[in-house]
Amino acid sequence: MPKDGGIGASSKRREDVRFLTGEGNYTDDINLNGQAYVFFLRSDIAHGTLNSVDTSAAEAMPGVVKIFTGADFEAVGSIPCGWQVTDKHGEAMQEPRHPVLAHGKVRHVGEPIAAVVAESLGEARDAAEAIEVDISELPAVVDMKEAVKDGAPKVHDDLTSNLCYDWGFVEENKGAVDQAFKDAAHVTTLELVNNRLVANPMEPRVAVGDYARGTGDHTLYTTSQNPHVIRLLMGAFVLGIPEHKLRVVAPDVGGGFGTKIFHYQEEAFCTFAAKACNRPVKWTSSRSEAFMSDAHGRDHVTKIQMALDADNNFTALRTDTYANMGAYLSTFAPSVPTWLHGTLMAGNYKTPLIYVNVKAVFTNTVPVDAYRGAGRPEATYQLERLVDKCAHELGVDPIALRRQNFITEFPYATPVAVEYDTGDYVATMDKLEEISDMAGFNARRAASEAKGKLRGFGVNCYIEACGIAPSNLVGQLGARAGLYESATVRVNATGGLVVMTGSHSHGQGHETAFPQVIAEMIGIPEEMVEIVHGDTANTPMGMGTYGSRSLAVGGSAMVRATEKIIAKAKKIASHLLEASEGDIELKDGAFSVAGTDKSVAWGDVTLAAYVPHNYPLEDIEPGLEETAFYDPANFTYPSGAYACEVELDPETGQVTIERFAAADDFGNIVNPMIVTGQVHGGLAQGIGQALMENCTYDSDGQLLSASYMDYAIPRASDLPFYTVDHSCQTPCTHNPLGVKGCGEAGAIGSPPAVVNAVLDAMRSGGKDVGHIDMPVTPARVWAAMNG
Amino acid sequence: MTQVKMTVNGKPASGEVEGRTLLASFLRENLNLTGTHVGCDTSQCGACVVHVDGEAVKACTMLAVEAEGADVKTIEAMANADGSLSVIQQAFQDHHGLQCGFCTPGMVMSASALLKDNPKPTEDEVRHYLDGNICRCTGYHNIVKAIMAASGQDVSALAAE
Repeated sequence: MPKDGGIGASSKRREDVRFLTGEGNYTDDINLNGQAYVFFLRSDIAHGTLNSVDTSAAEAMPGVVKIFTGADFEAVGSIPCGWQVTDKHGEAMQEPRHPVLAHGKVRHVGEPIAAVVAESLGEARDAAEAIEVDISELPAVVDMKEAVKDGAPKVHDDLTSNLCYDWGFVEENKGAVDQAFKDAAHVTTLELVNNRLVANPMEPRVAVGDYARGTGDHTLYTTSQNPHVIRLLMGAFVLGIPEHKLRVVAPDVGGGFGTKIFHYQEEAFCTFAAKACNRPVKWTSSRSEAFMSDAHGRDHVTKIQMALDADNNFTALRTDTYANMGAYLSTFAPSVPTWLHGTLMAGNYKTPLIYVNVKAVFTNTVPVDAYRGAGRPEATYQLERLVDKCAHELGVDPIALRRQNFITEFPYATPVAVEYDTGDYVATMDKLEEISDMAGFNARRAASEAKGKLRGFGVNCYIEACGIAPSNLVGQLGARAGLYESATVRVNATGGLVVMTGSHSHGQGHETAFPQVIAEMIGIPEEMVEIVHGDTANTPMGMGTYGSRSLAVGGSAMVRATEKIIAKAKKIASHLLEASEGDIELKDGAFSVAGTDKSVAWGDVTLAAYVPHNYPLEDIEPGLEETAFYDPANFTYPSGAYACEVELDPETGQVTIERFAAADDFGNIVNPMIVTGQVHGGLAQGIGQALMENCTYDSDGQLLSASYMDYAIPRASDLPFYTVDHSCQTPCTHNPLGVKGCGEAGAIGSPPAVVNAVLDAMRSGGKDVGHIDMPVTPARVWAAMNG
Repeated sequence: MTQVKMTVNGKPASGEVEGRTLLASFLRENLNLTGTHVGCDTSQCGACVVHVDGEAVKACTMLAVEAEGADVKTIEAMANADGSLSVIQQAFQDHHGLQCGFCTPGMVMSASALLKDNPKPTEDEVRHYLDGNICRCTGYHNIVKAIMAASGQDVSALAAE
């Protein structure tokens, strides 16, 4: 029976009502009295010496308030990087200065050179056209392997080369891994590209800066997944504003997918300019700007190898990856190909020896950082493509080879530094075989072939790591931040609760799911609980939402704070009931004395807390409000198995997704409807990567895919109905809810299944090409079929 | 600057606009009807879909002056008179057809136009009709389901979850 409330119920989302009626409050909906508008003049040259920026003619244009250039920001800090990776020699990565506005050089198309503040956006744009920019063009570096060659043009003249770091993991294992390859009965090698993507939340980024001269208070409204992080990074490292004089608000945010984690120049600019102009300053990104200024994702070039013994057991894995950083280090960029990628290379398998090398490279392209999955899709793609290739080279069933090498005992310490607490990879594979109707595949293939089409079936497994933690460990790994989460639970006198969470909802439904947890703990209706998030002025310091961490980390903080509330409420109830505190039980919203019929309602206890006439004032304070900060002991490890079925038209190379099945293990689940929706969205992005999406540059560093005319984003007609199951549940052992995180799984787990299915279809048509790179476009398929 | 007059959500609306002002900007900036969203600059995403004289139109492809005298309806006027959700809006909530909500106004306006012309669309017809509306959150599954449900079709058998 489905529950009608609390944990496990598919409660309808309360936030939907305002979104469905046009009453959402997104950042671009905020207009402040007297606001001026910003237009950024961006570089259309990928690499060049910035000789001069002449704003004199533009300053005389109608409506211009003020024009800023890089010179105005010389005394301002660099946009900071939040993670320092140490290379395989023990040296710190190379970390270039990242100016708010370009100064001295331009390093990628889209880098802001000047900013016009004007009375209207039209006037700002008109004036920007009158700015005279003199750039001496330099050769651009776009290809990563070219960029690290001796004599390549340097993106940053003050760095020794374009190599940010050369990371080895685990460096001490390298010798043993190489030896295992010498001893192997079979070695499979695969070279592949993980295509560059643009996250493309439907809401473009927006920043509105405000400054109150009378108090010296700054406010920034911004499209962020983590307003507290922006406040700290921008305040402390860029503009030198202490946190108590800086408020950052991220109201309704229209999707993030990682790209709204980072601190961007435009946020610092609007905050700075609001003071300099003494009026509110607003910037709204166009989609074209978004393509050339939002941090991009993925962009790895990899060679991976598996060693197997004579019985087809995996004995060693090694992988070499070039990871594109772009022209500057975005906030968490260095961590993505390293600690979010190398640590996942064991996947679902008990491969005893693993070595991962990653060379992070600067190029004249937009900075690259975390995008849905962040490092984990790249790990999963190469591993699961490789395992499929192994199976075909060995002539064994790909699922059987996976099952043979599955980790089956938990906890399991991988050779790449992480310990999986729970999982059941056999159960999710069994479930997948059932829900994908593998048994019916041959009949469906025959039906496709009767129409002159080819049909392919591909599977993959995945493991992911969510809720990156604990803080002391990530600090050792180079994080310049903690990775806890916070919650303040405020109980009102009449019994309703407000939870002020450091997590941030930008589509995930926290306003609905978080109250379900508290309703379950106290035994009250969900409607009695309200969630406040997204404003540093009324939430405790929190790290925000990314890495599928909200419920596992933020939800755990909320549980801890609520436990404190319940403990105090029991003390009050024991006083009211004149009973021993140890005998008080809380059930269905009432406190009772065990073994008696004496009870007092939740609302009577909360009222007593705020009207403490009959109250143990000598023992406890009035009021009922508690805060908790939760720092997880470990990551959580969701896992699953996915199957894709494609139809391929050999005449055109067109691939269509006919069926897609996902069997996930997310541990315990609070709202199954929301979880299923998260998987759907992830699948669409993963299928988009596999079939359509590709961010491309030409050799001069010109961005060729800078609008929805050129960047193929999935539409409704590109995708099928999905079959999603999350009944396999091995709860997380180390957080109070036993939850694991579900936001990224779909994007992590789907690309290899799609490509494996396409290759299967091609093989069924007599063409075994071994590998095809994403996106698997009709042109690429046709060329491979006819090559 | 030019004076434009039109009917928006049943009420007379007017304002001073530049010749280049888009209908989407006029609705958002002049009339403060911020439910109409702008998600791209190439008329691809459909977040700005409104109804002009009963037809679904991308408000970013039309100049405000072109809507002179027109009858415009936006997401703000789609709920029932008592403020409760309309059948289509309710179906989106019931079937979790939205996540971040940014594309949602355009989706609802497009869905409404589709069902006016095609009261019982097939899955394929819904998917193709939505080619001009991009959603990045839902993977479209629950949007398609919601629209089919709003048309009175039984969607309980569609794609087991």
